[in-house]
Amino acid sequence: MKVKYFAWVRERVGKAEETIEPPASVRTVEELIAWLSGQSEAYAYAFEKPKVIRAAIDHAHVKSDAAIAGAREIAFFPPMTGG
Amino acid sequence: MTCPVTIRIQEDDFDIAREIALLTESRTDIGAVVSFSGICRADDDSAKIAALTLEHYPGMAEEEIRRHTDEAISRWPLNGVTVIHRVGRFMPGQNIVLVLTASQHRQAAFQAAEFLMDYLKTSAPFWKKEEGATGTGWVEAHARDDEAAARWKKS
Repeated sequence: MKVKYFAWVRERVGKAEETIEPPASVRTVEELIAWLSGQSEAYAYAFEKPKVIRAAIDHAHVKSDAAIAGAREIAFFPPMTGG
Repeated sequence: MTCPVTIRIQEDDFDIAREIALLTESRTDIGAVVSFSGICRADDDSAKIAALTLEHYPGMAEEEIRRHTDEAISRWPLNGVTVIHRVGRFMPGQNIVLVLTASQHRQAAFQAAEFLMDYLKTSAPFWKKEEGATGTGWVEAHARDDEAAARWKKS
């Protein structure tokens, strides 16, 4: 699946997007955050406060317990500050 | 009732008078147009701002705005909606966002414009980075914006 990062999450991860293949045991958004956090210091830094992180699956906001099965694109970003 | 919706995310500036004219031209059913413009300020509370950079999530930003214009149209009798959000780097005084709502009467237009702005601030995927005298940093979300959006939730 494709993963995108925005704002300071993008800066901390060090890339805007990538394709990942998490193991089948990773079922939800929060499990994906935990799995990514274990991949490197950069991810651990980006996701150090997982409750602050917002997520979207296929362009729609989701909660942290949302299932990631079938997702084409998952995005992680801080709370929005537009307008 | 027909309600044309225009949603644009662009780097270029917008011309408010032109956008209102596009919304109202050749129509006689519109009695009220509310216009809200968001403008880059020179200070955020006490900190001075030299410039602001707006980042967005292409694709989702348009879809998220569309979900909220759809909801606004279902809640108020609107005759036209325009939302333009700029991205890029802005100096104080420059336009950032425009919301236009048209209706037969002013109440629906006022309320729908406020509803759309409250949700643009808390739910549309845009992020602001400030350049100030002491450095550069991402703007933090304000609880007051979440509270402003929460009052539109249907109980």
